[in-house]
Amino acid sequence: MNYLKHIGKYFIMLKQVFKKPQKWSVFREMFFREIEDLGLKSLGIIAFISFFVGGVVAIQTALNVDSPFIPKYLIGFATKRSVILEFAPTFMSVILAGKVGSYISSSIGTMRVTEQIDALEVMGINSLNYLVLPKIMATLLFYPLLIILAMFLGIYGGYVAGLLTGKFFSEDYIYGVQLDFDPYFVKYALIKTLVFAFVIATIPAYHGYYVKGGSLEVGRASTQAVVWTSVVIILLNYFLTQMLLG
Amino acid sequence: MIEVKDLYKEFNGVPVLKGISTTFEKGKTSMIIGQSGSGKTVFLKCLVGLHVPESGLICFDGRKHTELDIKQRRQLRKEIGMVFQGGALYDSLTVEENIMFPLKMFTRDSYSDMLKRVNFVLDRVNLVNANKKFPAEISGGMQKRVSIARAIVMNPKYLFCDEPNSGLDPNTATVIDNLIQEITKEYQMITVINSHDMNSVMEIGEKIVFLKDGVKAWEGSNKEIFKTENEAIVNFVYSSNLFKKVREAYLNETK
Repeated sequence: MNYLKHIGKYFIMLKQVFKKPQKWSVFREMFFREIEDLGLKSLGIIAFISFFVGGVVAIQTALNVDSPFIPKYLIGFATKRSVILEFAPTFMSVILAGKVGSYISSSIGTMRVTEQIDALEVMGINSLNYLVLPKIMATLLFYPLLIILAMFLGIYGGYVAGLLTGKFFSEDYIYGVQLDFDPYFVKYALIKTLVFAFVIATIPAYHGYYVKGGSLEVGRASTQAVVWTSVVIILLNYFLTQMLLG
Repeated sequence: MIEVKDLYKEFNGVPVLKGISTTFEKGKTSMIIGQSGSGKTVFLKCLVGLHVPESGLICFDGRKHTELDIKQRRQLRKEIGMVFQGGALYDSLTVEENIMFPLKMFTRDSYSDMLKRVNFVLDRVNLVNANKKFPAEISGGMQKRVSIARAIVMNPKYLFCDEPNSGLDPNTATVIDNLIQEITKEYQMITVINSHDMNSVMEIGEKIVFLKDGVKAWEGSNKEIFKTENEAIVNFVYSSNLFKKVREAYLNETK
């Protein structure tokens, strides 16, 4: 029953979030600030992880297809598929749920316990709209770009791994990457990314906004936010895959 | 005038305010006092609209707060300034940006006009050379001043302060008290302060509402508080020897 209460409260929160901003100039300012905080500041970690994950996927595939009957271009092909379909959209979203989710939850939670949200409400400002909408818009706009970057770097990571380890030839790898390329897979990955971006912005915001107590509770809310965001991403990933590819 | 009638508020079935009625007048500094847990903060939050009472009436110059639609309520809230106990300044904004925030949200003034207004109120609360500092870089007393400056920047009709001098040294607390009283007189605001500080009560409490266990146990002025025989408030206010002696001296003087 408690879960249902939270789900209901979450949707009521969304109703308040999706209202016309009280002042567009302030919204624009907040939006660009969120692009920087939630997007640009995640570039480094996403680039780093996707490059090495791509490399590891390529090496693992190479080690597991060590048979003269299996063509070597399969390494590039498998790396491309894995990175585009799962590693970039899902794995990176779980990483972002940890990094960005805890930031959103703790920053909003701290505003709650230090009465900064009350101060907004007293002024007559719709605090949910003011605080959460720019975050949603920023993640929806920026995360697809981030995930496309992760796709490129993941595949490039596989290429570099081949060069450094000598386990496969770069020509084979490039051929495999180009082989049977289906643009729908990128579309599928981007649809997933948009859904996950929405989840990453809203679930931690919910946990932060309704926190009660002090700094300890803010910490707890932050942990819960990361856990629930990750769980929802994994579940939605299953359903979206079934719907879009099944 | 703010009129409160039979205000009742409960949390999870536990009554916190049990039918409070009182009025707060223009140009006067009114204070709500009482022990911890007596319902002072809940009362103040009901007045500013952060808590919705179960029953009762709150009337701001004839406007019934509980019966206003969203637009009217939003308009009313623009007329309210509030100083929070911890300041509630936005950490990521500088002092100047904190004070400018309500202007940015609700006016179409140019940046230079807004800046002029910010500097005016900063000057009014005697805070100079702090425009570009962040809240974490200034002292508690300065944060309170910034909070007051932000509360009055929109020229509010109603000013609410939740323990404005808690955590401050006696000197700074007196400065803050005097500042609030001066501003109240100058702008003819209705000021309601929630306080524990008996010095403040004696100094600036033109009207005092004493709450005990969610009920209004006494009301009067800071002069009347010396003469009252009401046991509840006498026990609360004169719990320290110093105040007992002050009261005796006052009563002897006025005999």
